[in-house]
Amino acid sequence: MVLGTYKEVVAARSTDKQIQKIAQDGGIVSALFCYALDEKLIDGAVVAGPTEELWKPAPTVAMTAEEVLAAAGTKYTFSPNVWMLKKAARQYGLEKIGTVAIPCQLMGIRKMQSYPFGVRFLADKIALTVGIFCMENFPFASLQTFISEKMGIDPSLVEKMDIGKGKFWAYTADDVYTLPLKETHGYEQNGCKVCLDYVAELADVSTGSVGTPDGWSTVLTRTDAGETIFKAAVDAGVIETKAMDDVKPGLGMLEKLATDKKTKAMKVIDDRKAMGLPVPYKASSEKEDPLANV
Amino acid sequence: MSILARIKSFLGLEAKPDKEAKPKQEASQQEVEKVAEEKAKPRIGYIHLSGCTGDAISLTENYDILAELLTNMVDIVYGQTLVDLWEMPEMDLALVEGSCCLQDEHSVKELMEVREKAALVCALGSCAATGCFTRYSRGGQQAQPGHESFVPIADLVKVDCAVPGCPPSPEIIAKTVVALINGDMDYLQPMLDLAGYTEACGCDLQTKVVNQALCIGCGTCAMSCQTRALSMTNGRPELNEDRCIKCGVCYVQCPRSWWPAEQINKDLGL
Repeated sequence: MVLGTYKEVVAARSTDKQIQKIAQDGGIVSALFCYALDEKLIDGAVVAGPTEELWKPAPTVAMTAEEVLAAAGTKYTFSPNVWMLKKAARQYGLEKIGTVAIPCQLMGIRKMQSYPFGVRFLADKIALTVGIFCMENFPFASLQTFISEKMGIDPSLVEKMDIGKGKFWAYTADDVYTLPLKETHGYEQNGCKVCLDYVAELADVSTGSVGTPDGWSTVLTRTDAGETIFKAAVDAGVIETKAMDDVKPGLGMLEKLATDKKTKAMKVIDDRKAMGLPVPYKASSEKEDPLANV
Repeated sequence: MSILARIKSFLGLEAKPDKEAKPKQEASQQEVEKVAEEKAKPRIGYIHLSGCTGDAISLTENYDILAELLTNMVDIVYGQTLVDLWEMPEMDLALVEGSCCLQDEHSVKELMEVREKAALVCALGSCAATGCFTRYSRGGQQAQPGHESFVPIADLVKVDCAVPGCPPSPEIIAKTVVALINGDMDYLQPMLDLAGYTEACGCDLQTKVVNQALCIGCGTCAMSCQTRALSMTNGRPELNEDRCIKCGVCYVQCPRSWWPAEQINKDLGL
């Protein structure tokens, strides 16, 4: 099961024109949080918001649709959102917290919920986790290298970044720049190399661009809470869906990338174990499904 | 006896020899029920060494289950302020709060006695588990300047399980107690493993995670730090050593220190 346990998978996008314009793909994260805030299903959401330094996000508590939209779009560097969860509960006084998280952040959140050793009265306040597909993350300096050095653009002109179709993309107001993905190799965060989760297997709802056409997102509903809230958003008309079978490139592409990430990571895990280096996951010989996130 | 066997015995799951079973058959139904009832309630002691009582307070914050727990599920048989008893009785489980002061002969003696009288010894809270902030003691203070050396209890006796935290959250104490009563060994396994984690520090994140090419900058460590000694800078934990109390919670919560995948999937219904 390279896509983890899920209830349903669909192609989806926000029906809101403003979200469509600023979102990375289908605007699913923005649409879900705006809907959940409107319906008071969450009191606020921890998102990767903008900072004074362009393209360097920071965890931010969004309590209005405007604040959610200010954080729309993918940032390809660190935003330690888990860090902000406790502040969201204690300093902002939120009882029902939403958060967008990449797979590793969800692992931190879920481990905290199952084993809250030093974390008091937070586990039950996490009301909605939206996970995003993630192949790897980059240190901020790596992004600077791609944009300033390899592509030769002034970072302040960049309006959007994207990864897809084998390339790293940077959009300015007038131009589109690309960098073959192999030029980014070696600049990834090293800890990503042992990660066995591409599709945010522990989220309530997971989403990402892979599998669907431009302007759409693939959405997997996983938990009961995630299914309920996603269906409600669709019923309310804030999200529209299509069957995965009706879109290109389809689920096969998602499965392929998930399998690739897991296969590569399993090799690194086995190599590390052979060298006696610590790694929290089982060796491929120790588990039934060698690609499982255990 | 192995830890597993001792926990099974604590839970009343151990196989009974045949010769014990026979006389019971002759006993009246009432007596059998009485034995079963007595066996079903584990005898728990609360031992207070060099700690601040924060762990006990955290335990009592489980308001919703506390009455049921104390009335019907366990018997608290020993503990300062809890039970009027001088002689330490035999116990199924001893919850030990606080580190042990090597210069305080009473603490050392009490800890040794606990190990003798308790089937299971649990280090409750970081002082007992890792030494926590008592690790910084250098003596020379009133009321007893000679009290200088405070160590996690595992330095002196065999510890079966540890629940670090300063204090451990009310939830983890409730989850641990419920798992013990239900015999949920899968849930308890990390606590058994953590009994060996006695030298903790915020710098473990650097040496055991960042230096080992495992950090992914998720921020779970900084979130879980109970003294706000940790922040995140450029996607990596940054430790303010002046605030670190060596409780070990940051490293214990890190998703890259140990990974309870099966338990998480079970809890999420995945």
